[in-house]
Amino acid sequence: MGKVLMKGNEVIAEAAVHAGCKYFFGYPITPQSELVAYMARRLPEVGGLFLQAESEIAAINMVYGAASTGVRVMTSSSSPGFSLKQEGISYLVGSELPAVICNIVRGGPGLGNIQPAQSDYFQVTKGGGHGDYNLPVLAPASLQEIVELTQEAFDIADRYRTPVILMGDGMLGQMMEPVEFGERSETEQFKKDWATTGTRGDGEPKIITSLELDAESLERRNCNLQQKFARIKENEVRYETYFLDDADYIMVAFGTTARITMNAISKARQEGVKVGLIRPISLWPFPEKPFIETRDQVKAYISVEMSAGQMIEDVRLAVNGHAPVDFYGRTGGVVPTQEEIYDKIMMVARGVQV
Amino acid sequence: MLEEIIIAGFGGQGVMSMGQLIAYAGMIEGKGVSWLPSYGPEQRGGTANCAVVVSDEPVGSPLVTRPSTAIVLNNPSFDKFEPRVRQEGLLIINSSLVVRASERKDIKVLEITATDIANDLGNSRVANMILLGAFLELTKLVSTDSIVESLKKVLSTNKHHLIEVNKQALKKGASLVAVEIS
Amino acid sequence: MTMKTVFKKTNGLTDKPTHYCPGCTHGVIHRLVGEVLEEMDILEDTVGVASVGCSVLSYEYFNCDMTQAAHGRAPAVATGVKRVLPNRMVFTYQGDGDLASIGISEVIHAAARGENITVIFVNNAIYGMTGGQMAPTTLIGQKTATTPFGRDISIQGSPIKVCEMMSTLDGAAYIERVSTHDVPHIQKTKKAIWKAFETQKKGLGFSMVEVLSTCPTNWGLDPAESLEWVKDQMVPVYPLGVYKNKEGVK
Repeated sequence: MGKVLMKGNEVIAEAAVHAGCKYFFGYPITPQSELVAYMARRLPEVGGLFLQAESEIAAINMVYGAASTGVRVMTSSSSPGFSLKQEGISYLVGSELPAVICNIVRGGPGLGNIQPAQSDYFQVTKGGGHGDYNLPVLAPASLQEIVELTQEAFDIADRYRTPVILMGDGMLGQMMEPVEFGERSETEQFKKDWATTGTRGDGEPKIITSLELDAESLERRNCNLQQKFARIKENEVRYETYFLDDADYIMVAFGTTARITMNAISKARQEGVKVGLIRPISLWPFPEKPFIETRDQVKAYISVEMSAGQMIEDVRLAVNGHAPVDFYGRTGGVVPTQEEIYDKIMMVARGVQV
Repeated sequence: MLEEIIIAGFGGQGVMSMGQLIAYAGMIEGKGVSWLPSYGPEQRGGTANCAVVVSDEPVGSPLVTRPSTAIVLNNPSFDKFEPRVRQEGLLIINSSLVVRASERKDIKVLEITATDIANDLGNSRVANMILLGAFLELTKLVSTDSIVESLKKVLSTNKHHLIEVNKQALKKGASLVAVEIS
Repeated sequence: MTMKTVFKKTNGLTDKPTHYCPGCTHGVIHRLVGEVLEEMDILEDTVGVASVGCSVLSYEYFNCDMTQAAHGRAPAVATGVKRVLPNRMVFTYQGDGDLASIGISEVIHAAARGENITVIFVNNAIYGMTGGQMAPTTLIGQKTATTPFGRDISIQGSPIKVCEMMSTLDGAAYIERVSTHDVPHIQKTKKAIWKAFETQKKGLGFSMVEVLSTCPTNWGLDPAESLEWVKDQMVPVYPLGVYKNKEGVK
């Protein structure tokens, strides 16, 4: 299969099918509706099942049910709908069920609008639902990267028995780029002996639950979860860096914002400003290493986001006071332009107060 | 080579598919491409636009704020994008519908009565292809063959009979530029 | 001397003692469901979905694979299970707060889709687990922690009659309301549960049995009075009977 030109939302869907996902429970919301429609058409072709739920709440709980049988299952939404899924996501974490949930972020709060945003960063990286938890969040920047990360998301979900969030913005969902779906090399087999599929030929009854009435038992259970999160932090950090070797200034941006920022960086470099980029791909676990390695050499970091400043908190934690951290962001569906970002770089580089 | 194009007009004028054809053709020719639509309620009746980037290298930002070329098919699109065309850039106007003229001296402006010419060809809906033909003749960004190849993919099979009239429109657009230049 | 077994615990339930209050009929209804699963020989083919409320721990009592759902979402979870495993028997066990209040949307849409699952709906006209608050099925005039002066139509509206409502949906194949207030009715309840599972086994669509049940603790009555209360107060508001049997399942 050669290169094809597809919409981001459709790429996510097709990549999920390539990853062996046969079950999808969805609910329409702009700007991710193409994903739902693609699955409705595509899954029957691979012997799978698409079901349009009556609400996002029902959809995530159908995912819970399907996940409890051990199959690869997915749902997707955009910000307001994603909020509705939060309770279910917390249950998935508590019951240790693997699933992939896609959030194509739009402007908020409330109904907001349907334009691109990254303002659900806090929600996805700091737990999002009730209880003590984190979950892996992957943020692709290109459609080809969607292909890779969607498949990774399913593997991580099965590897750790955890829901995984795939997060993009409206722009990524709506845009078209050439993509190529390579054949997957099956590397890892996942044994799902915990699944509730009926006990026939399968030993004693199994239970899937997040309830633990005894406080000390729940604490033990939570400690196990924390150990799992620690393993994920150890093994599943993903990021890319550009031009860090000689950088005086380091931009930090993820998703499509990183691409716009790269254009601004190229222009600034032409002007002789030594500026680099750290692009977190896993938003949780957040990549701390490239900051620790650079924070004593650089003059400043600049976090660029489609929000009022959310990832900047993780940047500050990683920099830990070793260097100033500045910010440029637009919110409400306004996308920062490369010209604005370039201006910001030049302002910081020319010593305007950080 | 880095071409950053904005195509804008009323929903239904075929601005989205024009952009997709360029992106498709660029992909066929092994170039880096991206296509980014404006999306939302404005697609129905209001002004819709898409940004297309074609590059020798993988595309960086898919967002185009200062286009090297803007193709505008109606008045609101002219108002919005004429000022944004970068210096030395190209502005192609469907002057059948756009009543204003650009006063910019730092860009190249091409006015084509695309809707009228399309009507002469017997299909008002190919105005977009006339403009596209002119654009390709001027920039040689991708070949007409690649566009025709892309048409086969963008149009569903039951609309393949329209390929011929689209080819004619592309050719007509190109011929207008040849006249203009000579 | 050898003793003859005249009664034994069903294998449909585990050995775990239940946590239900004395006089609560959840235990009876659990046993009936367990007996039906065992007698139909489908225990090993069944996945149950527990809900939130007094029956939250039902996953520890039913002797089959069990999954525990968020409050009200059991029919959605059951949908997910059943769509992946269409040849398994899938049931939910839900109370009136879970099903008729927070989860009314999920159960209606499961029925509308003709989801081939069985819902055991236990209606005791009150929230038990949280301490006796008003349920959607609380009777007019009934005092609860949140209707201290009695349920008033002008303030809290009227009780939802779930069977009547659900039976209007084309996807609902079997809908019956039964009661647990005396032995003959308990026997009828078992038969209704059997028919509901039979409906699912035959792939006919959505089945639901509403079981009128007691809550002595929160009603402030003793167990015997509670059974009387079901008979005298609840049955007149919630008439018993088969509301739908689309394919005439026997």
